[in-house]
Amino acid sequence: MKCEDVSKGLIAYLDRRTDSAERHEIEEHLAHCADCRARAGEFRGVWSAMDELPAVEPSFGFDARVRQRIAAEPQRAWFRWLVPQPRLAFAAALLVVLAVWVAQRPGNSGNAGIPGPTAAATEQDFNAIKDLGVLENYDVVTKMDALSELVPTAAQQPEKPQPSPSESND
Amino acid sequence: MARSDVQLMLDAKAGDTASFDFLLVKYRSPLVNFLFRMVRDQATAEDLAQEVFLRVYRARKQYTPSAKFTTWLFRIATNVALNSVRDNRHQKMQVSLDAPASGEEEAAPRELPAREMRIDEHLLERDRVAFIQRAVASLPEKQRAAVLLHKYEEMDYAEIAKVLDCTEGALKSLLFRAYESLRVQLAPLVSQAAQPRAGEGRPS
Repeated sequence: MKCEDVSKGLIAYLDRRTDSAERHEIEEHLAHCADCRARAGEFRGVWSAMDELPAVEPSFGFDARVRQRIAAEPQRAWFRWLVPQPRLAFAAALLVVLAVWVAQRPGNSGNAGIPGPTAAATEQDFNAIKDLGVLENYDVVTKMDALSELVPTAAQQPEKPQPSPSESND
Repeated sequence: MARSDVQLMLDAKAGDTASFDFLLVKYRSPLVNFLFRMVRDQATAEDLAQEVFLRVYRARKQYTPSAKFTTWLFRIATNVALNSVRDNRHQKMQVSLDAPASGEEEAAPRELPAREMRIDEHLLERDRVAFIQRAVASLPEKQRAAVLLHKYEEMDYAEIAKVLDCTEGALKSLLFRAYESLRVQLAPLVSQAAQPRAGEGRPS
């Protein structure tokens, strides 16, 4: 065994962490090599020197400070855990409402491009409403040329002619 | 029958604060000492130890006994210590960069005394402890952590490797470099060490 290999194995040897074969090899080498023997002694000296370092004791009140910080923890942890929840819940609810609204829109019935009966009725209603102001104005209605031709008929009901929207439009 | 650390942690996980308290009392001293030797300041070491216990407490719900409790505990402690050492070094670097340069210092470059002179000064101070502390503190932080876990916590190689997140081979190399560095630095104190005896383990 070379000195370099022994040096690298010395820590484990001194620490009793080598297997018996390796230990035997190192011991054989140490018996004949003064340099490695000295080095092993120095490593042991390092460990002895490190034993001289005094241990420190946690100061009075250390436990209390830890317990105080830990006592404050559950509240913080609960708060932290809770904060994102309403946001998530609100976002999810908003998403659901949006999805329902989009799904139930009339345009999504499958024939959005073709105006169906509903669309026609809506247009008719719109036209009727558009002219409602005019029709309710009696002066305007009586002076309309189109209505003058209907005088005999209208005379039967002179006070309140009630032409239907469809008639006025014709 | 005394409960194991893992059982205590599992009980703490289940909501038993007394079990956590037991772990606190059991490990406060080893933790503060480990951190003190890492950062060399007791107040900082205690702050960091509190942080470690707080992290353990926060992580109790996710705790699974996949490793020894001490491996987990000292892994957290080592990470906290390494972060603190690095932050501190970064701060010191910023201070030194921001500090106005002294003309006197610029004019006369600092001369380091010879190695023998420095050691003599230390020995003249009769402060072996401070000398040893400085030697340990001069190690790169990962080597220092490895040596502290090996020497004072008496962890086996596999456990230290897990704490430091490296292979056992890398750890052996790390420890060898660290002890070799200490051997050189502490040579004046250890030169009169006894000759090795066959099969003798490290002194405790």
